[in-house]
Amino acid sequence: MPDPRALFILMCLGAVQISAAAAEGIAPDHAARLERLVTQDCGSCHGLTRKGGLGSPLTTEALDGVDRETLAMITRDGLPGTAMPPWRPLMTEAEAYWISDYLLKDTTQ
Amino acid sequence: MTRFAALLLSSALSLPAMASDLRATGDLGVIVERATGSVLIVDQSEHAAIGRIEGLGDLSHASLVFSPDERFAYLFGRDGGLTKIDILAQTVVNRVIQGGNSIGGAISDDGRLVAVANYEPGGVKIFDADTLELVADIPAEGKALGLEDAPGRRFVFSVWDTNETRIVDMSGPEPEVTVLPEIGTNPYDALITDDGRTYIAGLFGEDGLSAIDLWEEPPVARRILPGYGRGQVEMPVYKMPHLEGWAKAGEQIVLPAVHHAEVLWVDSRTLEETGRTATHGQPVFAMARPGGRQVWVNFAHPKNDTIQVIDSMSHEITGELKPGPAVLHMEFTSRGTEAWVSVRDDNKVVIYDTTTLQQIGEIAAESPSGIFFTARAHRLGL
Repeated sequence: MPDPRALFILMCLGAVQISAAAAEGIAPDHAARLERLVTQDCGSCHGLTRKGGLGSPLTTEALDGVDRETLAMITRDGLPGTAMPPWRPLMTEAEAYWISDYLLKDTTQ
Repeated sequence: MTRFAALLLSSALSLPAMASDLRATGDLGVIVERATGSVLIVDQSEHAAIGRIEGLGDLSHASLVFSPDERFAYLFGRDGGLTKIDILAQTVVNRVIQGGNSIGGAISDDGRLVAVANYEPGGVKIFDADTLELVADIPAEGKALGLEDAPGRRFVFSVWDTNETRIVDMSGPEPEVTVLPEIGTNPYDALITDDGRTYIAGLFGEDGLSAIDLWEEPPVARRILPGYGRGQVEMPVYKMPHLEGWAKAGEQIVLPAVHHAEVLWVDSRTLEETGRTATHGQPVFAMARPGGRQVWVNFAHPKNDTIQVIDSMSHEITGELKPGPAVLHMEFTSRGTEAWVSVRDDNKVVIYDTTTLQQIGEIAAESPSGIFFTARAHRLGL
């Protein structure tokens, strides 16, 4: 019987690897729709140029040091006590990871 | 130049312009193209765009107000840009970057002052409407929003982070600020009724709204509709509702609920609930057609392809429209015969006859959001 803690860590690593792969497989037209969602709908609170508004800034500088897992989790689960809603009902994990990668990549330049 | 030519020119200048060269502004409007940093100038009678002005910065959540003569529009951009536009000449008259992150503005009742609400740095800045020179700076310890003009050269705004409302009286030589603390948790937007009497702030952080009777001395904030969503599951809010001076429908005020797919009706005098209407989704704008007979409602993402029309007497839904993907805003012509609707993701503005609910026109626009007709110049709180 392996150590359950080690098993848990292994499972988490596995989950991360699955997640890492999860953003792949988003077809270009799907990506275009997600990009539009980020710019237009996330932009309602975070600004079209992502410099923030009622929501925090999401520029690459503002997100410096934030990893993609955390970003995807906030996107899917929201931030209780703030106006950030959980997007889980409208968004798959792969989509959330695509958005994380998109935000962490410097696309505003 | 010869003397003869000079004579001709000077006599030409003294001649009145030909009537065919003139244009009035009463049926003009401005449509924000949020993603391209531009605005369209539109003619309501012609159902047409007559010009575009570009280079206006980040226009997400941009709004504007008009000068009393309906010639100039003051545009409030997200990026802190305050732009004065001549809608007749279709030119930018002046532009200042007055803050880092802004959320709307207002023009004083006398048309002399333009105020902007800023998230960053938080507070309100007040400018001379002629020159855009800074007249007063009212800093706040948080994000200022819900900025409205009130009679007596006053502005009223609320602060998201500190749960307060401030009344700024600009009638004297120095601004006089009255702070109303603890109006409710996280005010997200506000409106002032068209009589200039009641300021209502929506609250994101609690079930209920806050109302201030500005005719009262001293004004006091009171909770209204406390616990309106009690016992119901809270929906995620993918777009904040907006409160606007269009809310008065006859003797009632209509308000979008937050976290719930409902609009709420209150008596405009007692501020007691008079009814509710279950709607298609989380409402964003609930706008009374001028005269108040019906209220048109649009909805938050992902249900934002729909408009519902509600009868203000029965509170029943009497019509439903599907203008297209991402309906962001509606604007009625001044007597309510037409409603113009921006459909962001179809890059168009659709025009409806408000009696038949039939489409009667369409204008191409790049990711249109706010639509503003010049008749707003003569209304309080718009």
